[in-house]
Amino acid sequence: MKEKPDVLQGTLALMVLKTLDVLGPQHGYGVARRIEQISGDVLAVNQGTLYPLLLKLENEGSIASQWGASENNRRARFYRLTATGRKQLREETHDWKQTAAIIARFFEVKAEDLP
Amino acid sequence: MRFLRRFFIRLTNFATRRRADQRLREEMAEHLALQIEENLNAGMAPAEARRQARLKLGAAEAIREDHHGEQSLPFVENLFQDLRFAVRMLLRSPGFSLIVIATMALGVGATTAIYSVIDATLLHPLPYPHPGELVRIEANFPGVGAHDIGISIPELKDLQNSGIFQYVSLSFFGTNNLTGSDQPASIASKSVSPSYFAVLGVDAQLGRTWDPHDATPGFLPDVVISDGLWKRAFGVDPHIIGKTLRLDNDPAQVVGVMPASFRDQGQTSEERGTDLWAAAGFAGDPAPPPMRSVRFPFQTIARLQPGLSPQAAQGRLDALVASLKKQYPADYPLQGAWTVHLTSLAETLVGNVRQSLILLFGAVGLVLLIGCVNVANLLLARASARGREMAVRQALGAARTRLIRQLLTESLLLFVIGGISGFAVLFCARRFLLQFVPESLPRLNDISIGWGLFAFSIVVSVAAGIIFGLAPAWLTSRLNLTETLRQEGRGSNGSRKRSRLRHVLVIGELALSLVLMVAAGLLLRSFWDLFKVQLGFNPTRVMAIETSLPNPNDPKTDIYGTATQEAVFLREVLRRNRTIPGVEETAVSDRAAIPLGYGQSDHRAVPLLREGLGVESSQPPLIDTMIVSPEYFHVLGMTLLRGRLFADQDVEDTPFVAVINQAAARMYWPGKDGKGENPVGKRVRMLGPLGRSSPDWTTIVGVIADARTESLADAGIPQIYLDIYQRPAKFLAFYLRGQVDPAAISAQVRTQIQSVDAELPVFRAETLDDVLSSSLSVRRFSMEMVALFAATALLLAGLGIYGTISFLVNEQSREIAIRLALGAQRRNILAMVLRQGLTLAAVGASVGLIGALIVSHLMAGLLFGVSPTDPPTFAAVTMVLTCVAIAASYIPALRAMRLDPITTLHAE
Repeated sequence: MKEKPDVLQGTLALMVLKTLDVLGPQHGYGVARRIEQISGDVLAVNQGTLYPLLLKLENEGSIASQWGASENNRRARFYRLTATGRKQLREETHDWKQTAAIIARFFEVKAEDLP
Repeated sequence: MRFLRRFFIRLTNFATRRRADQRLREEMAEHLALQIEENLNAGMAPAEARRQARLKLGAAEAIREDHHGEQSLPFVENLFQDLRFAVRMLLRSPGFSLIVIATMALGVGATTAIYSVIDATLLHPLPYPHPGELVRIEANFPGVGAHDIGISIPELKDLQNSGIFQYVSLSFFGTNNLTGSDQPASIASKSVSPSYFAVLGVDAQLGRTWDPHDATPGFLPDVVISDGLWKRAFGVDPHIIGKTLRLDNDPAQVVGVMPASFRDQGQTSEERGTDLWAAAGFAGDPAPPPMRSVRFPFQTIARLQPGLSPQAAQGRLDALVASLKKQYPADYPLQGAWTVHLTSLAETLVGNVRQSLILLFGAVGLVLLIGCVNVANLLLARASARGREMAVRQALGAARTRLIRQLLTESLLLFVIGGISGFAVLFCARRFLLQFVPESLPRLNDISIGWGLFAFSIVVSVAAGIIFGLAPAWLTSRLNLTETLRQEGRGSNGSRKRSRLRHVLVIGELALSLVLMVAAGLLLRSFWDLFKVQLGFNPTRVMAIETSLPNPNDPKTDIYGTATQEAVFLREVLRRNRTIPGVEETAVSDRAAIPLGYGQSDHRAVPLLREGLGVESSQPPLIDTMIVSPEYFHVLGMTLLRGRLFADQDVEDTPFVAVINQAAARMYWPGKDGKGENPVGKRVRMLGPLGRSSPDWTTIVGVIADARTESLADAGIPQIYLDIYQRPAKFLAFYLRGQVDPAAISAQVRTQIQSVDAELPVFRAETLDDVLSSSLSVRRFSMEMVALFAATALLLAGLGIYGTISFLVNEQSREIAIRLALGAQRRNILAMVLRQGLTLAAVGASVGLIGALIVSHLMAGLLFGVSPTDPPTFAAVTMVLTCVAIAASYIPALRAMRLDPITTLHAE
């Protein structure tokens, strides 16, 4: 069984949460399009992988879903962030920023900077 | 934690997997539709719009499968799949399934049945709270070889105050006459310390028990009765508390009724069925004043302080004993080396049947093992039939582990169904089966067939299924693909390994059944020898009927207080019994003298002091005493060797006389040259219980031949017989020899006895032949069971060898056909096949003989009169096994002989 790289999985989940946070309740297609718009390459192909992730996030309680009607009156499942999801988003955003900052600093350091 | 959470999520997913999958499918379809719509809006051609949308979505099928694999439990899913397949396989070959299930049902059912007895007797012998705290206290004088000498009241106080025990209690089992209801009854009763029920940790269901700290010196006026007595004698009277009973003419007030589930602790079933408990301090009437040297020959039980281990308790007890010996040197003579020993109470109760039960469990375990081996053999046989199926599966890409798992699932299903059916049969037949268990097994009433046993049978069948299903599954799944497929499953590479394993299995079966048969044969011979042993007395046409005289606590109210008073009663009853039609002779004795009877536990060997030999010089030898009337010896057909028997002139006022048996003469009057001294005319004194030595010298007037009245297995127990007209006894047995109707005699004797004294109970009328036979009940039970198991084992082994030889013949049919075509004699073919069977039998028998030698030495304690290496038994058993092996090979051998070479070779 092929395991997806954890980094992508983790970032994708974070992207989904952030999208739902910014746009409010969205159906899956909407989330996919938004991520595509912002990230460019990451989810331009293989958008189907989003759906198992949504299912997983829902099972974990970060998001909730219900049926609704889309803009052009098609039946679609709308996802929204739950309180848990919001908390998770806050925590993960913080973690992510911290990690990114540390990694950034590592990249900036040159050999001659070291004492 | 994380793993656990994930597992639960997966588990819920497993249950809801259809819904999740459905949702994924729907959402992806939705996504696709939206994307297509958008693409169309962007101006793409419809076909291209769809293509682009698909590309963007990715491999929907693969994503769904991935998700499924990640989020669900493939193991459980596969298990269900395998189970479904296994059920189909089971139904497809009902004959095979039935044989396997029946074999396993037999094995597991029998094992569970024996385990239920072991569970009730050995594993949970004490149905009381915290049974591990219960101990038996035994005092010994190991220095002079005296064991279990009893405890005196001051010693009891020391134990109670030692801080080692929560409670300590004496207990003495006996019988009392209960009068006042329509028929006087003799009831099993126990005299105990007031702390008895506190020791056991059980309270009354109605009323109360005694205050454990009560310090009344004599008997308390309060008694506690059992639920059984309450139902039998008082019709569940709700107002029983406070009622007064008459026990041996003493008034006693009922203060409590024990719960129906309560069974007393004790080594005999009579003791466990105690109906009444009376409490005493044993420090006042009728007991002598408390003195350190006056030891009660009673049982002492105690409950340890919680958390104190028996070893630690023994350590503290040893310290106490040492300080007491220092403090009272006069009461604990140095040469006696007084010790006090703690044993787990559970241990003391089951000790005597442990060996028999372990033997039975071993035997039934062997049967189970043989059954399993047989099933494994059948599975292997089926493996060759399924070679093609396995090959196809493998060719289609099934991994070997997957195949093994499936085969294992199949055999496990068969084993578990077998186990469950075995348990079901046992459960339905439990009442029928329990009646075969001898009554003398401890805690028989507590054998229950419930969930615990069900779990046991499931565990046994699963374990057996895994152990004996694995090897066949391993070998079945191991095959050479191309060859198997080309040869259509015949003669494939794996089959040689399989047939080798089959040979090993059959040899194992034969060996195991030989072991069982030897065990059964030895037990049978022991039993037969015991049955045929020279008794030394003649039990035929003799009946014994018991009565008991009251033994009131106040000696002044005892109307049978002296030998003369009792003699009047005895002579009158004997005279009346002789008038019963058919009765030729009568006699009377105390209960201990009933040959092989219930009174065996009454035998307390008492110290014997011989005139002219000081006690101090050596410890007094022990001798069993029996009190009998002069006619006793004649009624029982015992032979006088020397001197005379009792006569009418021996009465209370004349010098006391005694008759000893030859064993006592040999042991205690060996003479200076070892040739034996004539004991007739010698004088002895017996030390009674409580240290009251009977002050009067007793003259030995006769010697009788040894008779096995105490134990069938032991002829040489020293005995001394006293005259009942000189030494009165309370628990009596009347003997009637003649042509009497056992059904009616009880009522006739009751009428005679009660017309002399209407207050006496008359009970337990039995012929001596019956007494004799029930004394063998445990031996008979284990012999019959082991014989039954051995027969089953032999049958299974026969089936095993039959199956294997048939299989061999089948496999070799081509070879045989060619031989026949080339002109081989049919006789030679027969011999060839039979030789194969015989080789298996010979190897099996030799392995089995080694095993049997080991087992027979382990069970030497259960044998009588036959050596563990008894050559006739071993020879006979080997013969039987060989005959069975030949018979079982004969049928396939005949088939081989009659093989038609043309048809066979054409069919190949």
